[in-house]
Amino acid sequence: MKSAAHDFPSRARAGLQNPDLVRAMARARTGFIDKRRAAVDALPEYPQLRRIAREIKEHTLQHLDYYLERFEARVREHGGHVHWASTPAEAQAIVLDVCRAAGAKRITKGKSMVGEEIALNEALEAAGFEPIETDLGEYIIQLANEPPSHIIAPAIHKTRDQIADLFHARHAQYGLHERRTEPTALVGEARTVLREKFQTADVGITGANFLVAETGSSVIVTNEGNGDLTNTLPRVHVVTAGIEKVVPTLEDMSTILRVLARNATGQEASAYTTLSSGPRRAGDLDGPGEYHVVLLDNGRSQMLGNEFHEMLRCIRCGACMNHCPVYHAVGGHAYGWVYVGPMGSVLTPLMVGLDEARDLPNACTLNGRCREVCPMEIPLSDMIRKLREREFDERLTPPRTRLGLRAWAFAARRPALYRFVTSLAMRVLGLLGRRRGRLRRLPLAGGWTGTRDLPAPAGETFMAAWAKRRVEKR
Amino acid sequence: MSIARERILASVRRSLRRAGPLPESVREVLDRRLDAPAPNLKPALDDDPVSHFVHKADAVHARISRVSTLAEVSGVVLRHIEEHGLGESIVAAPGLEGVQWSNRLAVERRAARGSDQISVTGAFAGIAETGSVMLLSGPESPTTLNFLPEDHVVVLRESRIVPHLEDAWAMLREERGSMPRTVNLICGPSKTGDVELVILEGAHGPRRLHVIVVRE
Repeated sequence: MKSAAHDFPSRARAGLQNPDLVRAMARARTGFIDKRRAAVDALPEYPQLRRIAREIKEHTLQHLDYYLERFEARVREHGGHVHWASTPAEAQAIVLDVCRAAGAKRITKGKSMVGEEIALNEALEAAGFEPIETDLGEYIIQLANEPPSHIIAPAIHKTRDQIADLFHARHAQYGLHERRTEPTALVGEARTVLREKFQTADVGITGANFLVAETGSSVIVTNEGNGDLTNTLPRVHVVTAGIEKVVPTLEDMSTILRVLARNATGQEASAYTTLSSGPRRAGDLDGPGEYHVVLLDNGRSQMLGNEFHEMLRCIRCGACMNHCPVYHAVGGHAYGWVYVGPMGSVLTPLMVGLDEARDLPNACTLNGRCREVCPMEIPLSDMIRKLREREFDERLTPPRTRLGLRAWAFAARRPALYRFVTSLAMRVLGLLGRRRGRLRRLPLAGGWTGTRDLPAPAGETFMAAWAKRRVEKR
Repeated sequence: MSIARERILASVRRSLRRAGPLPESVREVLDRRLDAPAPNLKPALDDDPVSHFVHKADAVHARISRVSTLAEVSGVVLRHIEEHGLGESIVAAPGLEGVQWSNRLAVERRAARGSDQISVTGAFAGIAETGSVMLLSGPESPTTLNFLPEDHVVVLRESRIVPHLEDAWAMLREERGSMPRTVNLICGPSKTGDVELVILEGAHGPRRLHVIVVRE
């Protein structure tokens, strides 16, 4: 997927003014947050499990080369193939080769963020294949030709009416002519249409929530069952996964599963957790004849050990975006690429370039809720602050902002000057806003007062008020 | 070996500030961790495993029937068929043994087809903590039976219900030695929240999951 992250300001504005999106985001706010809270509270061991899950990931990252090689060796023992890709282009080429060698036409896909990261659908279509997303949310946005707006609920921005219109327009070719808006009817319609696709696909491509080094298994965690029809029915099963997805043992995976489901959907366990190890065995009556795992780096190996190292612990649960006020306000599409919300504001600049995504680290109030809920305790807001610093160092910050920051820094390092300037400003602003109690316009701050009034200051600074109070008390 | 492989591994090692692979002594420690996997913290259960399993499976909308012997399985399946207006032909896992099928049922033993309405399979284990069943692929238990039919009936012996997932892994290692192609952990029927976050059952997999817990 081509990045549109440079376009954040105008996309965010569009999001803020879209009434359908505002309604959809209000749903997300209550739905995800309350369910997660209840699920986490119901498990007394949650804090310890969270700590252990973090330790497992950290241990694996410290020995990542070892665990990747072990995983690879196990997959080979089962008769599967492991491919390595440094870049999205390499990963695309590998998948295309596998599909060509299989003489494939139709390709079903389970939801995979790495699949989005490497723009697999575009590549498959350009090469003449017919890729079909089978997760309901992914299917909806594929029909709408849109990117996902949430990592676990990709079509969260769509209303039932929009989905009804989409199905009405695109399902006539299957003899389904009635426009239906009930969610049950919409789910049923997608089920009917996709059934036939599942059974006629030549290759099935899924992502992976885990790669287990002990057993050489790729693991998907889903609720719909589409991932399982995708990895069982076609002749070839291809897995696309980031190199950070590996964990040592089945026990380690089991621990992380407990925190993943609760943080993602508020479930104790997802409906389907499936481990795939190699192709079908001798005597098996079903399952794919070939099994391939494509391991993608795309900058991950360089994040290892640097100041963004901890981001590699991310298990893609979506809790950070579910708790982010900025994400709720602007929606996922504003972020302009695959990863959205706080985790996207860190990953996108690291993967597509800070220059391209320079606005994302600034689309943050630094309130820290993302870090608080993150099951892997990733210090997202600290990383966002680091990216801002890097922008300043690399001169990506706009000249006016740089000038402003310089001026502020100059004053802030001189307490007497700072107090003088602020007390002067407070007095002037207090006088100006005396009558209404608020200021409608402010020179140099049009961006702020363009959409809201500034409450008029009390006329003196906090420091001055504090000093006065202490005198009175005495 | 591919160039990308060497490039990625070299980059990982550079980032970890190592010149080459881990020293032998460290590798041995890690080998042992993989060869004798130990459970991490297992959450306490406030109930015996069987009751806990039944309670949790019910909470995720799996239908639970409890019977004393395998002889009763056929009757439960017949009632399920009547209740949901399904046809009387079923697909059973080839390895499901000991069930005396009623002669009203036409039973086929094979992998699933798109037109199958109902399948009956055995479970390798039941996980009390989450109310999940664990099914293993193999000639005797084709994976498609777990996903293609509209209704999925799972026969689970009480003696196969373990407290935690970790216990089932231990059982798998002990009894099978190696991983089958597919391990399915199934917790309730297929569901989706992709239309306005309304949770609906019967997305792509079975609309109904019915677990028959057998005491004997």
